[in-house]
Amino acid sequence: MAALTREETEALVQEVLEVYPEKAKKDRAKHLMINDVALESSKKCITSNRKSLPGVMTMRGCAYAGSKGVVWGPIKDMISISHGPIGCGQYARGGRRNYYVGTTGVDTFCEINFTSDFQEKDIVFGGDKKLAKVINEIELLFPLNKGISVQSECPVGLIGDDIEAVSKKSAAEIGKPVVPVRCEGFRGVSQSLGHHIANDSVRDWILSNRDGQPFAKTPYDVAILGDYNIGGDAWASRILLEEMGLRVVAQWSGDGTLAEMENTPNVKLNLLHCYRSMNYISRHMEEKYSIPWLEYNFFGPTKIKESLRKIAAFFDDKIKEGAERVIEKYTKASDAIIAKYRPRLEGKKVMLYVGGLRPRHVVGAYEDLGMEVVGTGYEFAHNDDYDRTIKDMGDATLIYDDATGHELDEFVKAMKPDLIGSGIKEKYVFHKMGYPFRQMHSWDYSGPYHGYDGFAVFAKDMDLTLNNPCWKMLTPPWKKAA
Amino acid sequence: MANIMIRKGDKGYVFYMPKRDIEDSIVSMEFDTPEKWGGEIRLGNGGAYFIEPQAAPARLPYSVRAKRLDGVE
Repeated sequence: MAALTREETEALVQEVLEVYPEKAKKDRAKHLMINDVALESSKKCITSNRKSLPGVMTMRGCAYAGSKGVVWGPIKDMISISHGPIGCGQYARGGRRNYYVGTTGVDTFCEINFTSDFQEKDIVFGGDKKLAKVINEIELLFPLNKGISVQSECPVGLIGDDIEAVSKKSAAEIGKPVVPVRCEGFRGVSQSLGHHIANDSVRDWILSNRDGQPFAKTPYDVAILGDYNIGGDAWASRILLEEMGLRVVAQWSGDGTLAEMENTPNVKLNLLHCYRSMNYISRHMEEKYSIPWLEYNFFGPTKIKESLRKIAAFFDDKIKEGAERVIEKYTKASDAIIAKYRPRLEGKKVMLYVGGLRPRHVVGAYEDLGMEVVGTGYEFAHNDDYDRTIKDMGDATLIYDDATGHELDEFVKAMKPDLIGSGIKEKYVFHKMGYPFRQMHSWDYSGPYHGYDGFAVFAKDMDLTLNNPCWKMLTPPWKKAA
Repeated sequence: MANIMIRKGDKGYVFYMPKRDIEDSIVSMEFDTPEKWGGEIRLGNGGAYFIEPQAAPARLPYSVRAKRLDGVE
């Protein structure tokens, strides 16, 4: 049962679009849809992965954010140089809480900002010499790094520096992989192209490094792809896989290492959590190394159970029994969580506006708690994401692509959800409006949310936020008497 | 001309174009025998592409150049 009927939702969308100028209205109308679960393809109902309109407030990031922030950044024993002016690296540093084990600054480097700090003279005369110097300096100061990636910022592309040549030369000098990544921020319409570029650079510079070298294989090798270990997510997933008898060879890229990535071509199955950011490399490995890949969902006991069985189906009876054993072991605990929190959360409505995999993946977890997702949307999804979303969302629910500040505000005002899950840019607006809000990009400084352990944290967090008495005491500053 | 990847899905061939992230089912392929494979392919979304007829690839997925004939991009 959706919050509004189909007609009411349609009226709402029309009303929200009313304020735009004619041309913007026409464009934005294509990005909003009312879900119809009978649909096979989202193609005719929603347009995605298009340039945001100038003037509307978009929540998107850039290609550099997708490459450095999402894919390359969490690889713990590699150093990612933010090649360009200092700001991009500094403001993208450690914000995503990709947890890792290691001594920062000695053998792991995720939280440190390495940058070539472009000045005027580097723009005028080119920054290649500086880059070579930075790489040598890094090698001198941090000898335990396993490799370096050069993440280009916008000016590098604009002035046409040849980072590939510098990288090749430096790689030969230091005897470690140096990966040039052409992820200038202006490429593409959102961070999504950054993921793609990052995947392609992994494919070209890293993946085949150890081809032909001996590797002690087992028939139960898998790799976790697209799990960035936000708040420990990948660890909560990994223990379930290991408990059912699989061997996790690599984590991409949360708490992952270069060696793990280089060993990935030896696995039997690639497990793909974030489809949007790592399907490219999965497809490549399927073609080159004949490794099948499987999308799974570790949010909420129902989906975990489904996913564990789906994963086990690729293996022999030993793993299948393992999966049943894991499910049985944790079901008692997750039932207890549901028994505790469901009465407090039953029937509440949630609106989501996030990126990557969450707008569809967490729906199951909310449903396990008796909550209903009435609206969902992605910042940077493509149509294949929406194809998958249609199946997970209820009928007549609202789906919005690259929603603007105005649209989100109006949808929330009309649909009056009991909880909003979105990013930091939206957080304080909705706080001031008095709506319970979770920052779902990095779990609002909590986590993990994956796996059975994560579900306990998830349920507790949702209860703490939603049933917090403070929301009723807030009056938005724009409604206060002057 | 664009690079596409053809893989085997649950229900026949699946078309994927990395450049545009278009993934769709292939509803018909002109030639589908071991000796001659390719030709005009039609997608679930109404698009049509042309693959130079060739011997069927030894294994899928398989990347190949294709020409867009018609339909959505």
